Amino acid sequence: MAKRVEASNVTAYYGGFKAIENINLTVEPKTVTALIGPSGCGKSTFLRSINRMHEVLPGARVEGNLTIDGQDIYDRDVDVTAVRRMIGMVFQRPNPFPTMSIFENVVAGLRLNGVRRKSILEETAEKALRSANLWDEVKDRLGKPGAGLSGGQQQRLCIARTIAVEPQVVLMDEPCSALDPISTLAIEDLMFQLKDKFTIIIVTHNMQQAARVSDRTAFFSIEKTGDPGRLIEYDNTQKIFSNPSQKKTEDYITGRFG
Amino acid sequence: MGDTPHRSAHAGTGGTPVAMSHERPAGASARVAERSGNPGRPGGDLGGGGGLPRARAFGAERAFRGLTLAAGTTVLVIIAAIAIFLIAKAVPALRANTESFWTFEGWFPNDNPPKFGIGALAFGTVLSSLLALLMAVPVALGIALYLSHYAPRRLGNGLGFVIDLLAAVPSVVFGLWGRDYFAGPVADLSAWLNTYFGWIPIFGDGPYGSSILLGSLVLAIMVLPIVTSLSREVFRQTPTANEEAALALGATRWEMIRTAVLPYGRPGVVAAVMLGLGRALGETIALALTLGSTYAISFNILQSGGNSIAANIANRFAEANDTGRGALIASGLVLFAITLIVNITARAIIYRRREFTESAA
Repeated sequence: MAKRVEASNVTAYYGGFKAIENINLTVEPKTVTALIGPSGCGKSTFLRSINRMHEVLPGARVEGNLTIDGQDIYDRDVDVTAVRRMIGMVFQRPNPFPTMSIFENVVAGLRLNGVRRKSILEETAEKALRSANLWDEVKDRLGKPGAGLSGGQQQRLCIARTIAVEPQVVLMDEPCSALDPISTLAIEDLMFQLKDKFTIIIVTHNMQQAARVSDRTAFFSIEKTGDPGRLIEYDNTQKIFSNPSQKKTEDYITGRFG
Repeated sequence: MGDTPHRSAHAGTGGTPVAMSHERPAGASARVAERSGNPGRPGGDLGGGGGLPRARAFGAERAFRGLTLAAGTTVLVIIAAIAIFLIAKAVPALRANTESFWTFEGWFPNDNPPKFGIGALAFGTVLSSLLALLMAVPVALGIALYLSHYAPRRLGNGLGFVIDLLAAVPSVVFGLWGRDYFAGPVADLSAWLNTYFGWIPIFGDGPYGSSILLGSLVLAIMVLPIVTSLSREVFRQTPTANEEAALALGATRWEMIRTAVLPYGRPGVVAAVMLGLGRALGETIALALTLGSTYAISFNILQSGGNSIAANIANRFAEANDTGRGALIASGLVLFAITLIVNITARAIIYRRREFTESAA
């Protein structure tokens, strides 16, 4: 259920603007990898390239090679919806479907895949909500609107919705930046549990968070505004935060830059 | 460095002097308060100054509040005045009516004794409007979704502009076009429908021509731009976060629309449809030109005939005597009531779905 993500020479554009250039990176299965770096350095762009969400924006395109367990996801014959089902995504702001109940939110992905039988839906919903550490809080009000939960609960609901379709890889784009510290802690705990089953890649601005949750850390940076973002250093998290090999990385994590 | 302990020593010991120094400003403030004729502030109070200023009796805030209140009231007064006028004019005619106003199929208010009934007119109004919506809404929603989610931005804007232009065409033009050009093709269509679907009662025998079908087709074209523009705006406002959530779950474009866009836009679409219905119900001249002006209740939408309240008023007002005008005004009151019911229903639908909507997936 977890797969290796390999990026080689990935370059992404927004129209004429080159946002990231020549990113080479391999993410091992069942690990948490953190992408850190200053704002505008292309972390999120790279993350969105991995499940082909980057190309949703008008004029946006990706060059280079991205493979999941050796399979090229940008291959002409690959169905983009299959890629996104295999690589789930959790967004910066919790975005449950406002018109749906908690239950319907969790099974939305299954219903898109054509699962109709109620028993399967209910079973999967409970499993996903339990995995997202939300079951006990919502089991008595599954029929209530998902938008009525607190911010942290909504984000865990979105995580449940993502893992309900059993992806191989889960991408998280600053999943805690809109949450309070206690909800943040709940989600970090969750990441520890989820990496038993999934490959997790997380973009974060919070370096303590990167240090706490990730096994490997990739540091992105830009020379100056308008330049494409590049991967500066990619190593074990402990190494990056204690003894980085690049001066730029050290400057960033010690707060001298960015 | 030598400065720091010095300063902190002052801060530490400074507590007492600061507290003591409050005595004087407080007393001063009490004096100021007395002088400005504002009693009731105890002298020992902390926080110098002359106390809080009094609320102004006549400020911009109050003036504006009064203005908006007056504007709101004006609407109610105008509506009440119109209602009183209509009822006052209608009642004598209704009294003089020798047949049942609700069930009699005919309109002879100028005769002696006067005979007229609203049944056929109200039926024709509602039937033609519902048919028009039935034909216009699916097309309008299709156009709106295409413009908001499929068309390239520039093409979408251009097409949207053209659709809005359609709303600016005067209804008499639609009416004349319907009567003089569109009637022919619709008659052919009627014959075809009757041949192949004649077993459905609404597709009955001819003669074909100025039928409910023609009227509601013209109405449908007139309602189309309103429903399209409003729905397009609503669909465009779907939060990107929700659309991306659906796409990231592996939805195709159509599945994304079904999961995120349509449920989000539903209240807005209901409102758009109700506005379209309002226009169809009140449409006057286009229907006066395209309907057959008969006074019979018939579900055969192909046969020449049909009528509506507004079209009947336009057709009969010129020749009406006192009772005739009263009868037409009474029919206007019924139209008013129908519109009111439609609007209340729409509000109820939106209100019911406001907090929570069942799944659309």
